[in-house]
Amino acid sequence: MADFGGGDLDAFRTEVRGWVEANFPAGLKGKPNPMMREERSNPSPDQEAWRKAVGSKGWGTPTWPAEYGGGGLSAAEGRVIMQEFQRAGAYNPIGGMGVMMFGPTLLEYGTDAQKKEHIPPICRGDLQWCQGFSEPGAGSDLASLQCKAEDKGDQFIINGQKIWTSGAQYADWCFCLVRTDTSKKHEGISFVLFTMHQPGVEVRPIPLIAGNSPFCETFFTDAVADKKNLVGPLNGGWTIAKRLLQHERSGLSGAGGGGYAGGRGLPKLAKDYVGVDEQGRLADSDLRTRIILNEIDGRAFQQTAVRAMMEAKGNSGPSAATSIMKNAGTRWMQDKAELTLEIMGHQGLGWEGDAFTGEELGAVRSWLGGKATTIYGGSQEVQNNIISKRILGLPDLTQNN
Amino acid sequence: MAVLNEEQSMLRDAAKSWVQEKSPVTAFRKMRDSGVELGYDAAAWNEQAEMGWAGVIIPEDFGGSNFGYLSMGLILEEMGRTLTASPLLASGLAAASALILGGDDAQKGEYLPKIADGSLVATLAVDEGAHHAPEKVALEAKKSGAGYALNGKKTFVLEGPAAGLLVVSARTSGKPGDKDGISLFLVPADAKGVTKQNLKQADSRGVSNITFDNVEVAAGALLGAEGKGWDVLEATLDRARAGVSAEMLGAAVQAFETTLDYLKVRVQFGQVIGSFQALQHRAAKMFTDLELARSAVEAALAAIDAGSPDVPELVSLAKAKMGDVFHLVSNEMVQMHGGIGMTDAHDAGFYMKRARAAEAAYGSQSYHRDRYAKIQGY
Repeated sequence: MADFGGGDLDAFRTEVRGWVEANFPAGLKGKPNPMMREERSNPSPDQEAWRKAVGSKGWGTPTWPAEYGGGGLSAAEGRVIMQEFQRAGAYNPIGGMGVMMFGPTLLEYGTDAQKKEHIPPICRGDLQWCQGFSEPGAGSDLASLQCKAEDKGDQFIINGQKIWTSGAQYADWCFCLVRTDTSKKHEGISFVLFTMHQPGVEVRPIPLIAGNSPFCETFFTDAVADKKNLVGPLNGGWTIAKRLLQHERSGLSGAGGGGYAGGRGLPKLAKDYVGVDEQGRLADSDLRTRIILNEIDGRAFQQTAVRAMMEAKGNSGPSAATSIMKNAGTRWMQDKAELTLEIMGHQGLGWEGDAFTGEELGAVRSWLGGKATTIYGGSQEVQNNIISKRILGLPDLTQNN
Repeated sequence: MAVLNEEQSMLRDAAKSWVQEKSPVTAFRKMRDSGVELGYDAAAWNEQAEMGWAGVIIPEDFGGSNFGYLSMGLILEEMGRTLTASPLLASGLAAASALILGGDDAQKGEYLPKIADGSLVATLAVDEGAHHAPEKVALEAKKSGAGYALNGKKTFVLEGPAAGLLVVSARTSGKPGDKDGISLFLVPADAKGVTKQNLKQADSRGVSNITFDNVEVAAGALLGAEGKGWDVLEATLDRARAGVSAEMLGAAVQAFETTLDYLKVRVQFGQVIGSFQALQHRAAKMFTDLELARSAVEAALAAIDAGSPDVPELVSLAKAKMGDVFHLVSNEMVQMHGGIGMTDAHDAGFYMKRARAAEAAYGSQSYHRDRYAKIQGY
């Protein structure tokens, strides 16, 4: 593994730049990442070529170990790669839940054989993963999950239902929490992996308030998971699940709806829709105050992100500030989405059609879709429970942390 | 907590241990009960000055240590924790900033060493009404002989009772509300025609209304150029605002921690009240807001040290956010303590009273929200 910083980075940057020039298909310059879109299940030849080029170098997962197909590079080198991709107008074709959540967790808890089997296809972008965690009766209280796995020799036979399985309709494999002991709660949960391409798996996409969604209901009827795909000990899945959720939350604090002021920001948007008084202030003083409050919260949130990063680097260990990021970020973004609609007035309520601009239609969908951000990945109430217990040391009566 | 250098860590640790040992909240209570007109304990101020705190932002040539505003903020934050009453903010930070930013060498040489060693308490005399409005200067300065004659009044001058030197904003041309035509003067508090009316305020700190009745000052009392005082005044006020925000951060964090301790020991319905989710989630929200406010305050102080052009907006951001959060936390402190929080024997009331006075100092939340938006062009 290479060193942080130093003059070597310049040489490495030159190498990456040359490689990107030689391998990135010109036709994809500035195009969106198909990973985030339905076309990922039906990629163009250029998209396919770019995925294979990056995947075979391991540069889509630059800091993962080379022996499992990662880049084997330092964090600094990984940043150089992403900067050079950005510079060339290229996206990172390797992504999804395998990269964001499952891979890092398996690298920490999996056996060598499991890593050898499952990590390389993630690094190459060959396979997509989905997350079988939530159930209709197990949302915030995730550990009350019921989906059952029975021991049948070399296999587990799985029966039950999962919900909010993002991208299940496109997924090849599932990492799943199953109940292997009904006499205990947290200590009766196991973490298993199985293919989605089998008869016992049925997937139904769920239309949401914002329209079409990547979320699915997933039903298992005698679905099969091989024993070799049990991660960690039997009934020891909860620890692994908690670790995985940390990876999920760290990626979610600023995600999702609300960021839709067309890149203009709320003050500019409001000037355009509402106008200004003779002193150049927004004409609606009540709205102006609420916009200012939102702008201040957003700025303080960004300042906190910077501070948390500096503190983590400053060897004072993980910063307590990180625990507040999901709630602070989602609160700000949801308020921003509400204000965006209010600024647009009736124009901000369009569902479809030519009477509304793309920006206006986007604002509506983004406002609705963004409501999920304080529910998924640990609802804001669960986040508050976690802060209460782990940071503030208050007694825990929910036992779900 | 910002990432500190060695110097800053030592200063912070020294402040923390002095404050905890020598100036707990009981010391503030004792000062309050004594009714001392200064609004602070003079012996404690001497100790602060001996440790060099009054000279933290003052250049070494003028008797200070030139450690900067983040360093000063660390001390004020620690003092804020126990509500330590001190002229450090008004004199060692605010008035010293005016001299550093606007003074000539003679003015700096005359006053800064005395501010740095604590022998002189200086303060800003800026506002003329119940609300912070630094451009609405009516106090008049007219050419008189070789110097000027000042007529008018200043209100709610922090540390007015102790002040030996007043940095006075006066109008040499234009009308109240104009930024042009404002001039700054260095006026000894014992000059003929200066009359202090010392006020009793809820937070028990030293505050005065001051009238200027034909106060004659020499030409050398003018700080900066005549009629062009606004830029120095605004930059000075931003430093004072960042400083009071640091004090508020310390006080709010302590108010929160004291409340949290109570949630862990007070038993009702057979369990500690901190086990109730209704209180836990309010505590979690306060913690979240305190973390956001800390980021804003530290960023403002660091921007001053870095000479960043963003100082005005970052300072207004910090003062507005910190004011809202201290307001919330001090109210919750009283509410969550229940009946005991309403008693004078408990400290909760001290924090709530100080919160309101600090919120009003150098501009309230609404003042700074409005200013933040104006700077951003809306």
